[in-house]
Amino acid sequence: MTVGVITFPGTLDDEDAARAVRRAGAEAVPLWHGDADLRGVDAVVVPGGFSYGDYLRAGAIARFAPVMTEVIAAAGRGMPVLGICNGFQVLCEAHLLPGAMLRNAGLHFVCRDQRLRVENSATAWTSHYTPGAEIVVPVKNIDGRYTASQSTVDELEAEGRVVFRYVGTNPNGSMNDIAGISDPTGRIVGLMPHPEHAIDALTGPGEDGLGMFRSVLTAVVSA
Amino acid sequence: MARVVVDVMPKPEILDPQGQAVARALPRLGFAGVRDVRQGKHFELDVDDSVDDETLAKIAEGLLSNPVIEDFVVRRVTS
Repeated sequence: MTVGVITFPGTLDDEDAARAVRRAGAEAVPLWHGDADLRGVDAVVVPGGFSYGDYLRAGAIARFAPVMTEVIAAAGRGMPVLGICNGFQVLCEAHLLPGAMLRNAGLHFVCRDQRLRVENSATAWTSHYTPGAEIVVPVKNIDGRYTASQSTVDELEAEGRVVFRYVGTNPNGSMNDIAGISDPTGRIVGLMPHPEHAIDALTGPGEDGLGMFRSVLTAVVSA
Repeated sequence: MARVVVDVMPKPEILDPQGQAVARALPRLGFAGVRDVRQGKHFELDVDDSVDDETLAKIAEGLLSNPVIEDFVVRRVTS
């Protein structure tokens, strides 16, 4: 069982994502943005940071990286893909997920431990959570305001594709307090907060994020 | 060779907190009467004559703007 973790120029959280993958019990495989090669992995994490300096828009340039062509093709064949923070922005720009992220409503870079509710525990990345579970993971971004057309948001809500919702404070003005969403199959998930920073009480607010990386092991084994 | 300008603006219904921050700063600098500010992006492209309007629209829609949140206008300013 191998999970690829992509590194773009400007990625920050690839090491933590790889550590989370290993902690969950899988092998983490580094993937390079310039290589059109997924090295045979079973799933892919697109981690956070500032790919290509976020020039133009967050994720706009990364979407065209050679490795993303392979990710888009593999996602179409059902391979689980997780986008975290900048990775979520990349998946939106690549049209693997609907919507876009805009500058936070409060204009500040927000970095804090954030409470989330798991709204859908049937996706490839959330099956280890109980439905409605509340978890705490760090959020850290300035372009985190999830935005989509009202009809798209209505569709996401109706189909249960809002996977995570901010509880308590909405840190960035996201529509409907949306923190994370999935594609129609539940194999592709994106979220702004950082589960990979919450896998160990020594280095984060707890272990609440580890369930996402354990979930995908189950999803791949049962696929 | 032609100079092409592409202006990209947040859609009218999209909250623009950066523009609002600029609008709020103006009275503090003594400028009264500015009711609203919207902030966008302005691109200047120098293109060969072989680049037609259809291609320019694809460039504006496919990379320079994100149609989910932004509108764009393409103008040829010299030719």
